[in-house]
Amino acid sequence: MNHRLVTFDHIGIEFSGRSLLNNIEMTIDEGEIVTLIGPNGSGKSTLIRILLGLQEPTKGQVIRDKALRIGYMPQKLHIDPTLPLTVKHFLALVRGVDKKQIIPTLEKVGIAHLINSQVQVLSGGETQRVLLARALLNCPNLLVLDEPVQGVDVNGQVELYNLIEGIRNELHCGVLMVSHDLHLVMAKTDTVVCINQHVCCSGSPQHVTGHPAYQALFGVPGADESIAIYSHQHDHVHDEHGSILSDDRDVHSHCSHEQS
Amino acid sequence: MLEFLIRALLGGLGVAAVAGPLGAFVVWRRMAYFGDTLAHSALLGVALGFLFNINLNLAIVVLCVGLAAILVTLQKKNIIATDTLLGILAHSALSLGLVAVSFLDNIRIDLMAYLFGDLLAVSQTDLYWIYGGGIVVLALLIGFWKPLLAVTVNEELAKVEGYPVEAIRLLLMLLVAVVIAVAMKIVGVLLITSLMIIPAATARKLSHTPVQMASISSIIGCLAVCGGLWASYHWDTPTGPSVVVCAALLFLIAYTSPLKRRAA
Repeated sequence: MNHRLVTFDHIGIEFSGRSLLNNIEMTIDEGEIVTLIGPNGSGKSTLIRILLGLQEPTKGQVIRDKALRIGYMPQKLHIDPTLPLTVKHFLALVRGVDKKQIIPTLEKVGIAHLINSQVQVLSGGETQRVLLARALLNCPNLLVLDEPVQGVDVNGQVELYNLIEGIRNELHCGVLMVSHDLHLVMAKTDTVVCINQHVCCSGSPQHVTGHPAYQALFGVPGADESIAIYSHQHDHVHDEHGSILSDDRDVHSHCSHEQS
Repeated sequence: MLEFLIRALLGGLGVAAVAGPLGAFVVWRRMAYFGDTLAHSALLGVALGFLFNINLNLAIVVLCVGLAAILVTLQKKNIIATDTLLGILAHSALSLGLVAVSFLDNIRIDLMAYLFGDLLAVSQTDLYWIYGGGIVVLALLIGFWKPLLAVTVNEELAKVEGYPVEAIRLLLMLLVAVVIAVAMKIVGVLLITSLMIIPAATARKLSHTPVQMASISSIIGCLAVCGGLWASYHWDTPTGPSVVVCAALLFLIAYTSPLKRRAA
């Protein structure tokens, strides 16, 4: 029985009378990989911010383990051009950092050669790796990754997913990954949670290992082991404003998901 | 005879040394307009000091620190201190101060000295305030360097990692308030922000790391003070503005020189 790290207990949040999140219940355990998916405007980012303590929910609470240490990898990093900052100095800013871990961590994420580069000149992919390194340097037992493979090609996705799995195996940490893709998730995900202001459905992804047609689709060897399909199980549809229409399975067009 | 010059030099160098690293933070956090608001309001501190017969330096520090705390609270409650609001506060406070001062006709006040500084009239007491305040500010800057920098680089990451973000923001604003209050004597209310941001902006071109930028900023500020004092002594130009002109010249030299620009 794995140690429970985080419980979302009936989380709700309202902004000027509009409800952004409603009755969210979710858990993350040590060693578990949870992928959070949902369309734009579903409240995924807000839920993450609530978990990180950057925003307070209006209803419910987040029950955190006492020894919880979060490593947060945001989507983007913007550093003012007036601030000269190398990758090394950026990483040294982690609270309570063990400076001796900086180089090994950079090697783990594959960008040790960038240690003295200015952070503003890094490419998107390199910046992501730096952000991942920073999250790791906080000695986390929960990694929170915000859309880590957005805009990354399949090769890059496979590589990154393998890296994340390796980190999970080594640290036995929990991983909460927010994904922009509604259908394809990291294969090693333990639980997929689909939200659109509330929890629409959750379950495990389908592995299609060895299926030749799937392999051909991506043209990348090993893709079938790193990327999997998630089939949604919805008993409702949402209209274009996000509110739920009554159980009407015929009205696919209003829902931003495809019915499986 | 030259005593006043030495005091002026010491006063100027003391302020420049502290304004340097703080100026770097003002530039990084885009707080120049905020700093300007505090500076303009400092004149209100002078008027209040006269009205209530309080030591002027103390009155100014108290007012600047108080206003900084108010602005931080406004920010926290998401009543955002936009350009417009800051402008309203800055110019209203300045004008209120000028009007209040005009009623005190039993006291002669040299307005120019408050608006543009009076470096050559730095007294022994002023030096105590400058170096006393300066040492406290520098000690706090060095002591809290890492949290200050972490919060400046990325507030969200800092908050997730457990840094006390709001306390650090407040600390920075208070440090800016103290430096402004103390530096008023040197370049005056209207120019004090320039003494913070021009050396810092100049140092940007010559730095690779934040610590470098903060230190070089101090050095550039000190050079500007020396140059400005020298110009003032030889050509009888107003000292405060001369120091700023010198800083601006150094900025121009740094940015037009053929030296390769360090970092994008």
